Amino acid sequence: MAEMLSGADMLVRALQDEGVEYLFGYPGGAALHIYDAIFKQQKVEHILVRHEQAAAHMADGYARATGRPGVVLVTSGPGATNTITGIATAHMDSTPIVVISGQVPTDQLGTDAFQETDMVGVSRPVVKHSFLVRNAAEIPMAVKKAFYIAASGRPGPVVIDVPKDATDPNAKFEYAYPKDVAMRSYNPVAHGHSGQIRAAVKLLLAAKRPVIYSGGGVVQGDAAEALTAIARRLDYPVTNTLMGLGGFPGTDRRFLGMLGLHGTFEANLAMHHADVIFAVGARFDDRVTNNPAKFCPDAKFIHLDVDPASISKIIPADIPIVGAAAPALTGMLGRLETELERNPDAIDRDAIDAWWRRIDGWRRRFGLDHDQRARGDAPLLPQQVVQAVYRATRGEAYVTADVGQHQMFAAQYYLFDEPRRWINSGGLGTMGFGLPAAMGAQFAFPDAQVVCVTGEGSFMMNMQELSTCMQYALPIKIINLNNQALGMVKQWQDMQYGGRHSHSTYKDALPDFVALAASFGHAGFRVDTLPELEAVVAEIFSDKYKDRLVFLDAWIDPDEHVYPMAIKGGAMNEMVLTRNGGPAPPP
Amino acid sequence: MSARRIIAVLLENEAGALSRIIGLFAQRNYNIESLTVAPTEDETLSRLTLTTCGDESTIEQVTKQLNKLIEVVKVVDLTDGDHIERELMLVKVRAEGAQRPEIKRVADIFRGQIVDLTPDAYTVQLTGPSEKLDAFIRAIGRAAVLEVARSGVSGIGRGDAMMRL
Ligand SMILES: Cc1ncc(C[n+]2csc(CCOP(=O)(O)OP(=O)(O)O)c2C)c(N)n1
Ligand SMILES: [Mg+2]
Repeated sequence: MAEMLSGADMLVRALQDEGVEYLFGYPGGAALHIYDAIFKQQKVEHILVRHEQAAAHMADGYARATGRPGVVLVTSGPGATNTITGIATAHMDSTPIVVISGQVPTDQLGTDAFQETDMVGVSRPVVKHSFLVRNAAEIPMAVKKAFYIAASGRPGPVVIDVPKDATDPNAKFEYAYPKDVAMRSYNPVAHGHSGQIRAAVKLLLAAKRPVIYSGGGVVQGDAAEALTAIARRLDYPVTNTLMGLGGFPGTDRRFLGMLGLHGTFEANLAMHHADVIFAVGARFDDRVTNNPAKFCPDAKFIHLDVDPASISKIIPADIPIVGAAAPALTGMLGRLETELERNPDAIDRDAIDAWWRRIDGWRRRFGLDHDQRARGDAPLLPQQVVQAVYRATRGEAYVTADVGQHQMFAAQYYLFDEPRRWINSGGLGTMGFGLPAAMGAQFAFPDAQVVCVTGEGSFMMNMQELSTCMQYALPIKIINLNNQALGMVKQWQDMQYGGRHSHSTYKDALPDFVALAASFGHAGFRVDTLPELEAVVAEIFSDKYKDRLVFLDAWIDPDEHVYPMAIKGGAMNEMVLTRNGGPAPPP
Repeated sequence: MSARRIIAVLLENEAGALSRIIGLFAQRNYNIESLTVAPTEDETLSRLTLTTCGDESTIEQVTKQLNKLIEVVKVVDLTDGDHIERELMLVKVRAEGAQRPEIKRVADIFRGQIVDLTPDAYTVQLTGPSEKLDAFIRAIGRAAVLEVARSGVSGIGRGDAMMRL
């Protein structure tokens, strides 16, 4: 006989059957039946956060680190609306999270009842899909579909809004978790069209100045291995977007670094002069292309993406391929081998060698370190801190970032050899993301080294989670690149507003971060000179602090800018390279 | 080049599906000139007809984004092929004394029917392509028009072309 369960029990059972490890949540009236069901079981571990926004970022961090959906549980009204920034963050970066929100009872819907918010309506523009459960019997299928939709195709957040009466402990229903789900209206593509793949391989082989431009889709789509194999087989240069770092090994000599607004000189110049650009799981975001009208004038574009709407949205693709990155790239690799077997000289090696010589020339002249030379006894630089962390963690840590200059320094100076190690809010640019995302990653991998590179401004947006870190003993290492300012805002004001720092500083109003960390039972350190840096960083990452959260308050040069920086409205080869330097010299 | 397009959409007949479509247009800054929606012979499906305008690439984005909505089952740009479009209009027209036969005559020319009347007014029912309804209003003269209710465009492909699952 089928099992009889209440709506609340069905919900929790469905999560168990879905294999959910953690539920990041915060209770309240409309969710209390569900919380009681959680109390009665051990399989799904509930993590009590301190703010619902952080719960959503934790689920997101968990999802980015593992590839499996992160799950959030909140109450109606303010609990639900507090998750919106987190949902929007996941939506912009296409990460799979499932947010379960309590709702007022069905008979009170639409009456402006206490803590009633139209969650489906409020979240609609920032979800992949949402469900309003009409009665308890719908719960198992709603959960099944939510996880399927969140994780398949182009992943994204899904909301399940559950009115309180649907979780009534006294109303019981037959429970069975659906084995699979088929939806006539939702059939994500898998393999790319073989004709398109053939055409793409042909164009790639004929290229004289190729660049592979790969984005978050390669990381999310577990396609790093296939992409790396293709790039190495062809010996073509690769650049990654901010979201794509780790999709190709950062220490491979073929890696040009990140491209775009704060991309490397060599990556942006290679793009500008390329004749064939192979875009994979990237969406020609405005922070990459700058002015689309001036973007890569000589290039033909091959664009592989799981989302057809991303193709030819900004830049028309010459060869569009709709498909999931991993199977499509594997298909391409096979095709490539066949072609090369038939004609081993298909690649114009002389042209490719000449292309590499040009690229290496750009690299030598304008490597990232250009602005760090000859500073004598200058203050500690943020880049030096990131480099020290990179060395101390041997480049193997999970690194999350907040948003601002520190995020760019982390992206530029920490080289990721593996996918899913670099976790940041690229699309929405959400300050306050870093710490909770690091927590999600640490829950996913309790023994891994998890580092959060933050700025004091961003950190203060979700610092309440230090308490959650205490409760669950999370040994995260927080690196606070403290420039006593909203540095990125200040940089724009320096460059575009005549140095008028309108509301971007708060120098005399900052807490003692070391004491703050200590008040939550964590270890705190401060560093402000280069000679001390290496030792402090080594200590933080030593076995002594293996099981503790450590907060490093690094006082850095408050006047440092992030370079290169693309010139607004320009082409990809137009960048400012140093504070005093104008645009890049013509190559 | 910006052109008027008629897009037909089959979607799951579920609460909230329509709001996603309208929301998509608002959110992505696409315009909607008219929109009609009703359940089909299969009551699990609704059919919606949208008129919009935009250049080639905008319309391509519109159809792609519509297709991305989970509840959307099928999207067809009817303007890509031969099609029939119809709109229904109910219009109340001032009709007093000597004007009455004249209005009746114009309505006849447009194959309209008078479906209600008072001593001062006729209510005329008209169907046809949107331009025909516009032409009727011009023929009657704006000054005589008291109230207009239009259904928005509904469309279907000509011949054997069929939009079904
Ligand atoms: C929630 C949110 N509000 C505002 C912004 C705009 N913004 C972008 S970077 C930045 C400054 C960040 O300061 P901090 O975290 O100290 O980093 P820094 O740039 O100084 O390294 C601001 C305000 C944002 N990205 N997110
Ligand atoms: Mg700062």
